[in-house]
Amino acid sequence: MAENRLIKDCKVVVIGGSSGSLEVLLELLPDLPSPMPFVLIVVVHRKNSNDSSLADLFSYKTSLPIQEVEDKDVIEKGHIYLAPADYHLLLEKNGFFSLDDSEKVNYSRPALDVTFESVADVCGRSSVAILLSGANADGTQGLKAIQKAGGVTVVQKPDTAKVPFMPQQAINQGVADWILDIPQITALIQSL
Amino acid sequence: MYRELIQIEDAEVEHLLNDLFEWHGYDFTHYSRASLKRRITRLCSLDKFLSLAEFKYRIKEDKIYLKRFVEEVTVNVTEMFRDPSFYKTLRTEVLQTISAKPFIRIWHAGCSTGEEVYSMAILLKEMNLLQKSLLYATDLNPSVLEKARTGFFPLQSMKQYSENYILSGGRKDFSSYYTAHYGQVKFDEALGERMIFSTHNLVSDRSFNEFDLILCRNVLIYFDKDLQDRVLQLFDESLGALGYLALGSKETLKFSMVQSKYKQLNSEKIWRKIVS
Repeated sequence: MAENRLIKDCKVVVIGGSSGSLEVLLELLPDLPSPMPFVLIVVVHRKNSNDSSLADLFSYKTSLPIQEVEDKDVIEKGHIYLAPADYHLLLEKNGFFSLDDSEKVNYSRPALDVTFESVADVCGRSSVAILLSGANADGTQGLKAIQKAGGVTVVQKPDTAKVPFMPQQAINQGVADWILDIPQITALIQSL
Repeated sequence: MYRELIQIEDAEVEHLLNDLFEWHGYDFTHYSRASLKRRITRLCSLDKFLSLAEFKYRIKEDKIYLKRFVEEVTVNVTEMFRDPSFYKTLRTEVLQTISAKPFIRIWHAGCSTGEEVYSMAILLKEMNLLQKSLLYATDLNPSVLEKARTGFFPLQSMKQYSENYILSGGRKDFSSYYTAHYGQVKFDEALGERMIFSTHNLVSDRSFNEFDLILCRNVLIYFDKDLQDRVLQLFDESLGALGYLALGSKETLKFSMVQSKYKQLNSEKIWRKIVS
């Protein structure tokens, strides 16, 4: 599996969610290790809007550098990156992000599947994908790609999710390596 | 429910791009790989090719399929008054300033199916500038230009466009600009009268005029940094003194070779050329 030159040996953790995932993220963010020995990418379904209020909201919860991605931003260890509204977020093998405003996938842009698949392609065995609460089937296909590439897939325990459909979908399709509640997800992230 | 995709290796993508250039002269070698690879894999599976060899054969031999390939691999998603605050700034600052010119030339580079060009024509009309303006709209893709030229757009999008229009500061009834025809709408002929549609490939074609405003939104995201730089230089050559360059909401002039000649307007992705 081809590995990214710049983020080689560095894990890339990608967290995706839809409705009900924001609360979970706000709970996870303060407990992230600092400095953080990996790249963290967050993709959440959001209403298409041009403001950067979500990044602002997140930045209150962590002292780690956090930014909403702009085209061709460099991927750096220890940083948190947020997929912008209305764009799919992809990773390039030469260590940059790129954005794509093509058709919605699973009625969503950004779509979790698109970013998960890209992380799988670029980071292979170094990828960890975490799927949180949500009301549609986005993410399942992406987790499958992560598994296939040798990465680790984690799904929020459905009975702890505000909207269990999304994690349940992934479990039903057999693409969850781990099914964890929020404290367990936190512990896993801290152990990376 | 899984869509099983053909796995295409990176090296195979490179071969395909080189072949494509050799066979037909389309140069995608400086497109961002992540998106391009995804588009190619998607098309391959959408059209149910069983092997990459079969896919390549069709691209090589079948002119009609080549057209489809170019249309599907490039992204043609667009909407009217996308990012309303951007259009608000166009209205209140950019066009206001340009209105002092005796004649206005605007270039929509990578115009796709024309939604932005029509949005611009509406702004110009409302500011009484349309008659002294020319809107050049170009794309590498002849089929989207054919669509753009007709002035027909899907009826189902109008609700969203109308909301965008109001948010951008529009005061009229948006539906007064079109008439409905069986699931489609036809925009007022007068809006189209000042538009010139033409194929132009940003990768290989050169500057063809001097403009007061160039819009190229969400096109550069599909290019690698080398090509971005080349295209920005092409825009620089095509922009008159004190002209404006507008990019997509996540695109930037930062780190480009032309950056020092431009000054960004507050908050929007619009730059003014301050050094000729």
